[in-house]
Amino acid sequence: MKLRPLFLIISLFLIISSLLAIIFWQFKPSIDFIGGAVWEMNLPSSPNNSKIEEIFSKNNISNLIITNNETQYRLEFQDISSDQKNILDEAITILDQNYTELKFESLGPVLGKELLQKTITAIILSSFFLFLFIGSRFKDFTFGISAILAMFHDTFILVGAFSILGHFFGAELDSLFVTALLTTLSSSVHDTVVTFNRIRELKHQNFQMDWTTLANQGVTETLNRSINNSMTIIIMLLSLVILGGVTTKWFATALLIGVVCGTYSSIGVAIPLVLFFKKHQKKR
Amino acid sequence: MTNKDKVMRTFWTLLALTFVCFIINFPKEMPISFHFGKLNIEHTFYRPDFKFKIGEKEYGKDLDLKFGLDLAGGASLLFNIDTSTVKKEDISSALESLKSNIERRINLFGVSETNVQIVKQENEYRLKIELPGVENVSSAIKLIGTTAQLKFKGEIEIPPEATATATFNDVFAKDTGINGSNLSRASVQLNPNTSEPEVLLEFDNEGSKLFATATEELLNKRIAILLDGEPITYPPTVQTVISDGKAVISGSFDNKTARELAVQLNAGALPLQINLIQQSQIGATLGKDSINKGIFAGIVGLILVSIFMIGNYGKLGLIADIGLIIYGLITLALYRLIPITLTFPGVVGFILSIGMAVDSNILIFERMREEIRKGKNWNNAMELGFGRAWDTIKDANACTIITGLILLNPFNWTFLNTSGMVRGFAITLILGIIIGIFTGVVVTRNLLRVLAKEKIQK
Repeated sequence: MKLRPLFLIISLFLIISSLLAIIFWQFKPSIDFIGGAVWEMNLPSSPNNSKIEEIFSKNNISNLIITNNETQYRLEFQDISSDQKNILDEAITILDQNYTELKFESLGPVLGKELLQKTITAIILSSFFLFLFIGSRFKDFTFGISAILAMFHDTFILVGAFSILGHFFGAELDSLFVTALLTTLSSSVHDTVVTFNRIRELKHQNFQMDWTTLANQGVTETLNRSINNSMTIIIMLLSLVILGGVTTKWFATALLIGVVCGTYSSIGVAIPLVLFFKKHQKKR
Repeated sequence: MTNKDKVMRTFWTLLALTFVCFIINFPKEMPISFHFGKLNIEHTFYRPDFKFKIGEKEYGKDLDLKFGLDLAGGASLLFNIDTSTVKKEDISSALESLKSNIERRINLFGVSETNVQIVKQENEYRLKIELPGVENVSSAIKLIGTTAQLKFKGEIEIPPEATATATFNDVFAKDTGINGSNLSRASVQLNPNTSEPEVLLEFDNEGSKLFATATEELLNKRIAILLDGEPITYPPTVQTVISDGKAVISGSFDNKTARELAVQLNAGALPLQINLIQQSQIGATLGKDSINKGIFAGIVGLILVSIFMIGNYGKLGLIADIGLIIYGLITLALYRLIPITLTFPGVVGFILSIGMAVDSNILIFERMREEIRKGKNWNNAMELGFGRAWDTIKDANACTIITGLILLNPFNWTFLNTSGMVRGFAITLILGIIIGIFTGVVVTRNLLRVLAKEKIQK
């Protein structure tokens, strides 16, 4: 654990930049959180955006954002009734006869609030159960607390990373991001448990050995496994990010950030925390 | 050498299991044409149907993969249900009849595998409707939200030579002009003579007049009562001219069916007011594109992981790769058998779980290497590696399953997520982990033991 100062610097850097990003850039929440409508369509005649804007302003629909990629258009606006949608449908058909709808989604703001509540509940519940599980498996709650703190470290960085990705690349927070966040909770703890398990086993073999030496040996022995295993998951996720469709790009990216953070934090955060707590315990 | 026999027995069992899974995953029809020199093979293979008979009952399962709306295309609608108009004790029966009403209307739409669900959200109720393959969601919304069409139709004379081919609609072709809006109320009463439940209809002024004329014309003939085009009861015969605007439908009702009918009629529309709060529609092209890209990404990833494993662990890696293929076969077979509706996040969960499935192998192989370094022979190192790694595998995967279960929300807790997308991810992830442990520990261990046996013989 000679690298502890380095880990501290890395973690502090990541946490502070996440915090700053969240404060200054906030997030780009998707309609899953704030309500609204998203309409994706294919318009082979690739009309000018202003023509679409005209249709919408005629129907008194404000806050229209249009992004297009060749003939694929993505429109974002406030949530509308199905009658309004019908009128828009007709107008767009007149604009482009070969128009095909790829996706239409509209939801009211109530559901967004619910999603936020449910996400927080799920995170609290997961943390609680994981804390109980690790604490009881290791019969030592310093392990439990360290694992959970490392987990929050990863979650926070993932959230921060999405604030940055949202600012520069337009990544949105949606219900899939929530799923990725919760998966990060588990993958972070997964790696930590593997390392902890080894330290516990070493402790059984060498009862006299002090915690720092144990931790060093444990980490060295599990490092290969941690890196190799993360590599396989990273390979799978990277191929999804690069080759998969648009729908999963950000979802896979979020999972990827979570996995990388989880591997790092099991060594760089969880173990140093255990050592910190153990030192503190002795002093008392 | 009973031990070796045991190993071989497990080996053959696993081989059989793999074969069964392979058959299950077989496409329903697979034409094969193969030309090589003089060799010409043209044959279409068919997957055997999974059907068997126990006594009179026939059990069967179609083994096609089920795709969710986001992959197959279709519409999903979420309505808020206004329950403030009904008394508390009547809510559940009103919800029931709302659901059956909606289901009947959707059936008119001719869509298969629709899903109508009442979801309780704290103090609110919601109606969730999934319509796979529906392109025109606006007409679906209209159909679902409109007033039920209540109609009274009279029997007409059918020429004797046509009676055999006459349909219900041919027989009851006379429109009486009465519809749902003429009905002022419907209620359940007990017949004073037979004390059997019957449904009392009361018409408004216009309805009473129309009904009087109709019963006069149709005296001794039958009159059909249709709700959304379907007869709600066996057509009763008009026995007297009814001019007071009150009609009684009697027949084979019990208390429950009579009540249900009254509720349906009473509402004239749906028993409860519903408001659309969410709609989403995915075109079939987008879904197809996502599937293809997802599969492609999965295959590329799988190949890269296989190469990585062989590069890192040599022969052991090859065994892990075989385990991975068996893992894929078992997982896909289970998706078909359970069946699991695959959504996009579900596919991601599957791809992610492939990455995780090799985790157990890596843990074990790293342990084996350590033991070999300590001077143990290959055989002992293998057994020790498995034994030591098992504890870790168990603990680490338990954590993922805990979070997976919270995402899956199996008890439908309202304070947790109930969205199909998130659940689709959770179910494939949990299944993936369980099967991953099985192939990582049982399958590869057995393969290694078989390999070890060969080594000793040499």
